[in-house]
Amino acid sequence: MPEPLVFHFDVDGNDFTSAGTASVTVKKNLRQLGLPSEVIKKLSIAMYEGEINMVIHADGGTADVIVGESYIDIILADHGPGIPNVELAMQEGYSTATAQIHSLGFGAGMGLPNMKRYSDEMTIDTRLNEGTTVKMRIYL
Amino acid sequence: MTIRTLKEYLDADVLCGEEELDREVHSAFGCDMMSDVLAYAKDQAVLLTGLINPQVVRTAEMMDMACIVFVRSKRPNEAILTLAEGAGIVVLATNLRMYESCGRLFMNGLQG
Repeated sequence: MPEPLVFHFDVDGNDFTSAGTASVTVKKNLRQLGLPSEVIKKLSIAMYEGEINMVIHADGGTADVIVGESYIDIILADHGPGIPNVELAMQEGYSTATAQIHSLGFGAGMGLPNMKRYSDEMTIDTRLNEGTTVKMRIYL
Repeated sequence: MTIRTLKEYLDADVLCGEEELDREVHSAFGCDMMSDVLAYAKDQAVLLTGLINPQVVRTAEMMDMACIVFVRSKRPNEAILTLAEGAGIVVLATNLRMYESCGRLFMNGLQG
């Protein structure tokens, strides 16, 4: 079995202007690999939502995209405050975002639900004051 | 309709992507919340917004959109336009407000 292709990014939590660049890069790379456009769209939306979340809620983190033969995994890990109530955070429209984040066009409470919608599998491992790791899998 | 026709309905200026004006678009989405664009837009090719930041371009790119229209006389800076150019997205700007912009396009056949 060939080695999976891995893209790794450090997501800067201090610069909202650059938020989303990792997802844009992944989208370009996957296009070059010639993957189906529907897969690329699902994956890039799911990752973009997660990347924005890491910037606005968790002071950044790391993003890894692992391209296997039958699926692609996205692993987003941060050392932020953690999610106190995952069930609540998964509800559409629930958000802890500040007015400043709203003014940037985000924080409508659609991020996590949207990540689940656009991925085929999603797990959230979160610990208060330690951080959160979200894993998403999309089948090819 | 083509992006060129859309630009005429909105009396809009072309800020970048002049060479793509003859591209056909069939539907549009109007919103200032990028969260909602990501959650509710489907295959709309045009994004109308009054929000100005780089994430508008990145959101449009994620959604495979062809054109961004900045409404309410909002003008993006050079950095935003450079991002749009790199993504092959046409950027227009109109002095019209969101409601009238959407209304004009809808009345002329551009679906939601």
